[in-house]
Amino acid sequence: MNKTFGTAARWLLVLPYIGLLWPPFYNSREPALFGFPFFYWYQLLWVPITAVLIWIAYRSVRDGE
Amino acid sequence: MGSDINVTALSVFIFFFVLVTIMGFIAARWRKPETLAHIDEWGLGGRSFGTWITWFLVGGDFYTAYTVIAVPALVYTVGAYGFFALPYTIIVYPFVFMVMPVLWKRAKEFGYVTAADVVHGQYGSRGLELAVAVTGVIATMPYIALQLVGMTAVLKALGLHGELPLAIAFIVLALYTYSAGLRAPALIAFVKDIMIYIVVIAAVALIPSKLGGYANVFNATDAAFQAKGSGSLLLGPHQYVAYATLALGSALAAFMYPHTLTGIFASNSGRTIRKNAVLLPAYTLLLGLLALLGYMGHAAGLKLDSANDVVPVLFKTLFSGWFSGFAFAAIAIGALVPAAVMSIGAANLFTRNFWKAYVDPAVSPAGEAKVAKITSLIVKVGALLVILFLPTQFALDLQLLGGIWILQTLPALVFGLYTGWFRAPGLLTGWFVGFFGGTYLVWDAGWKPLHAVTIGGASFTVYTGLLALAANIVVAVIVNLLAPARSARKAPMSYRW
Repeated sequence: MNKTFGTAARWLLVLPYIGLLWPPFYNSREPALFGFPFFYWYQLLWVPITAVLIWIAYRSVRDGE
Repeated sequence: MGSDINVTALSVFIFFFVLVTIMGFIAARWRKPETLAHIDEWGLGGRSFGTWITWFLVGGDFYTAYTVIAVPALVYTVGAYGFFALPYTIIVYPFVFMVMPVLWKRAKEFGYVTAADVVHGQYGSRGLELAVAVTGVIATMPYIALQLVGMTAVLKALGLHGELPLAIAFIVLALYTYSAGLRAPALIAFVKDIMIYIVVIAAVALIPSKLGGYANVFNATDAAFQAKGSGSLLLGPHQYVAYATLALGSALAAFMYPHTLTGIFASNSGRTIRKNAVLLPAYTLLLGLLALLGYMGHAAGLKLDSANDVVPVLFKTLFSGWFSGFAFAAIAIGALVPAAVMSIGAANLFTRNFWKAYVDPAVSPAGEAKVAKITSLIVKVGALLVILFLPTQFALDLQLLGGIWILQTLPALVFGLYTGWFRAPGLLTGWFVGFFGGTYLVWDAGWKPLHAVTIGGASFTVYTGLLALAANIVVAVIVNLLAPARSARKAPMSYRW
């Protein structure tokens, strides 16, 4: 894995901030999912998404500290 | 609330409490250190914790009993607004991933035990070191006291009133922390987290089926909010900025606390910390589901004396005696783990940045461990006295200030990892402005953590901690530009991935 990929992967970590720090975007009841209003399941969905994004960044970091 | 004691629930509770007490004392022998009479061993578990132990330890001290009790309580009371804890505990991890391995490396290379050690090493300023250390200790004390608030709510639901049960629990905690140091909460965290996971999974799977499904939980909550005329399932437009800034500010503050940093410093490599940034969000899923227990309280039609009782009463109402006893034990043990790590973090600060700096600079590692052990006892007794003799509201207000205070140590602790430009006078002035300015704004707003800001005619409600941090950084930059450089400092060692 080259350095460019590593840097690009780290930029992925900005996405959760964009996705979560703009509440007007997700402050609605519809579309609901399994009875959960959008506001709730959208934010819960960011938990696995963020874990995956950090994992990609983690994979791009070489073994050295 | 019934004050009658359910014998089954109490028996299960006591069984698990005794179990972790025994584990706490065994922990001194766990992972066999050559000696516990060294602050690296007592206070950081020998910096040897791998991915799994770090996951349990950091998860165990970051997601506290207070989270289990207070987040659902807030969501129960105000609705969507209280849910900011969810984005907060998501966006904290990219930050942990980027910053904490660099901080860990610096600490490991130079043998630093506390945040204030790192700052002293970087800037060579006793004043800045003291500011960071004192901030850490006073931000932690009310946090420990709030663990006791969580435990009190559980004991109350078990029918145990009065101060004696709480005092017993705390003395037990104090003794095994004293003997085993960080190894005790690290070992107990395994039991605590597995118990909490069982409780939460059972709760989110079973409670909605008893209450007619999640759609019904949300509808019942909506109806309850409209009936009482406050709280809502969605944010009001005036809450957007408050919600986002509370989430961001809390995320930046979270890993400045002595207890979370202790968990970081105790891990065995930067890689372990990065891996944990991938794995720790599992707890966040738990937190989001726990928060929804507040809504389940509405759906179950609970009548409560205090919103803090929502989770305990919900379990007591919907589950059999043995399972509620299990759940209460999980929450109470969930208070002990972070309380132990917090007292260790505070004790490390006192020992390294006050005792060693001012009282006995020639103190041996064994002497440091001894001072830290005794300090950890004093810290816990202090927190117990706070909760016994001061109104709970006072602890809550202090905790709220604690978050704002600890955030003001971020520039001093983090900026130096990346640049050698800042110098101590600027950072110290910035800290001073952020710390006291933030405190003033909170006091001025009637002990609320939010402040109205008007920009170009539009008014926003912003988290005071973030405002204070902005002022802190601006002042630090200005003073740094104006103050003459005494000598060119050497650039910090290059940080590499």
